[in-house]
Amino acid sequence: MSAASPRPAAGRSLPAAAPPGDPSVGAHLGLAAALLLLPAVASGFILVQIGAQSLILGLLALSLMVLAGYGGMISLAQITVAGIAGYTVAILGENSVAVHGFGWPWWLTVPVAITFAALGAALIGWISVRTQGIYTIMITLAIATAMSLFAQQNYTLFNGFEGFAGIPAPTLFGQRLRAPMAFYYLCLGVAALCYVAVLYGARSTFGLGLQATRDNQRRMRALGFDTTAHKVFAWFLAGIIAGLAGVLLVWFQGRISPGTIGVAAAINILVIAVVGGLRHPIGPFLGAVVVVLIQTFATDVVGAARHNTLIGITFLVIVYFSPDGLLGLWSRFQGQFRQNPLRPGDGA
Amino acid sequence: MTDAHPASRLSAEGATALDLRGVTKRFGALQALVGVDMRVRVGERRAVLGSNGAGKTTLFNAITGDFPCTSGRIRFFGDDITLLPAEERIRRGLRRTYQISQLFDGLSVRDSVFLACRGVSRRRLSLLRPRTDDSGMEQALRILQVVGLDDLRDQLVSVLSHGQKRQLEIALALAGAPRFILFDEPAAGLSPTERRDLVAILNALPAHVGYIIIEHDLDVALRVSEYVTMMHNGKIFKEGTPAEIEDDAEVQAIYLGHGHG
Ligand SMILES: Nc1ncnc2c1ncn2[C@@H]1O[C@H](COP(=O)(O)OP(=O)(O)OP(=O)(O)O)[C@@H](O)[C@H]1O
Ligand SMILES: [Mg+2]
Repeated sequence: MSAASPRPAAGRSLPAAAPPGDPSVGAHLGLAAALLLLPAVASGFILVQIGAQSLILGLLALSLMVLAGYGGMISLAQITVAGIAGYTVAILGENSVAVHGFGWPWWLTVPVAITFAALGAALIGWISVRTQGIYTIMITLAIATAMSLFAQQNYTLFNGFEGFAGIPAPTLFGQRLRAPMAFYYLCLGVAALCYVAVLYGARSTFGLGLQATRDNQRRMRALGFDTTAHKVFAWFLAGIIAGLAGVLLVWFQGRISPGTIGVAAAINILVIAVVGGLRHPIGPFLGAVVVVLIQTFATDVVGAARHNTLIGITFLVIVYFSPDGLLGLWSRFQGQFRQNPLRPGDGA
Repeated sequence: MTDAHPASRLSAEGATALDLRGVTKRFGALQALVGVDMRVRVGERRAVLGSNGAGKTTLFNAITGDFPCTSGRIRFFGDDITLLPAEERIRRGLRRTYQISQLFDGLSVRDSVFLACRGVSRRRLSLLRPRTDDSGMEQALRILQVVGLDDLRDQLVSVLSHGQKRQLEIALALAGAPRFILFDEPAAGLSPTERRDLVAILNALPAHVGYIIIEHDLDVALRVSEYVTMMHNGKIFKEGTPAEIEDDAEVQAIYLGHGHG
């Protein structure tokens, strides 16, 4: 009779519930309202440095969450994919370093940049899907490192160590998109679109198939699925998200260089995704907010030299207490909250 | 009962569903299959018996392409499928179950069977959610009724009992209009009631759907098959009707001798 009998690890929600899918509409509407109204109370600094930056890094971590959470493929090359888009924008559009800068309009550079990013991602995926687990991490880390080093040494295309600067965000209907509020809303719009697309797609035939491939690739093949194609397609789709993030990133920073796509940046994305949690597409954004807040304000609290230490410790503490990141902590908290009134046996 | 058909189907010069010629499988020094020849007609129900390590599962893996054979030829409904990837063989109407359940722990029962229906359609990469009246979803629910899992359709696969997982294995093999099914010890670990249900499911399959069933339980095997193949050490050493096999002195010595110590 005891309610506490065959319960697995604390905090797992009851298995009878619908498989992890869509949380309540109410929670989403509340969050959307808060994010939409943020400019009414927040300064331009907060909107861009915290808001927009969290949304961009959250998008990058979301593209990793799609691969890792649904597909079981941990990629360290998402920043590389974003870099493909960013460099494309710098080369085809305008920049101030007098290398390339063909001056194409944004409505041409952006689609081309995202197409390149998605195709590049598919190629990286195609190379890495033969591997599994730790080997996927290693091969994507190798690709990210190689790309960053290549960009650093290649002057004809990437302008080497210096990279590109003075990359403007476009002006739309007389409105500079890089103005704080406009840029915040732009990032919010793109992030919301990708978030909803991922939530929806997770329960599409393709999304279910990706999760099934993660759980049992051999069985998927025995159901008629070409699992290699399935996973490469997932890389392609995640590449679109990372490409969008790359375009926003290069507009945000106004510059791109090998450091932007270096190993430290690659690991930053992984930390964000893991801190937030990989079980639901909201996780990457939670993680991004936490990491960006620490990166922005820790300098004031612990000094510039130690803010990475603080991020490291936060990372350690969260992962130690919850392998599912902040999402896991939240559902554990909720689980306990819900559990208590449901314990008739214990009271007696 | 389906017992009216078998004899006529066997005697007829029926079309061949599965044709194996000299199929060999080597694992390093081990010869798991040694030149296996086998011909199964369309709609035929065949049992494969043999002791542990005889090569029965290896034979299935060679046919489905899970682990392609080292040498030999495999034809499926006339087409040479020896070199085709596993998923391509499935799309041609071949299905299988696994001796050790191979399921999707993170998915619901219904979504698992839905994927099995979609895997052999062109919409397997669709980015759209299935509508409630989707043909694949409807077929999935019908199949879940057949195997008796419809009450559990929204459960996660990971919470199913052993017997329920075995039923889901069967459900996955029935999805998407199969032409020929390979059942690898579907009855292992089932209760007597579950066994009876299994026999009923097999006997209720459409007449054109043939299968090979690997089964250690002689009683079950003889009840669901019209022809029996005995394997030992990677070779076929005897074939015949259930009656012939049951009466065979050698079989009794080896097979039943093993079973009863
Ligand atoms: N992947 C593999 N690698 C190496 N050896 C294998 C592999 N799979 C099977 N074998 C070997 O091949 C032989 C045949 O195995 P198989 O699984 O086909 O037997 P089986 O007839 O299905 O037996 P059981 O009744 O125990 O299921 C065994 O000796 C087994 O150890
Ligand atoms: Mg076996």
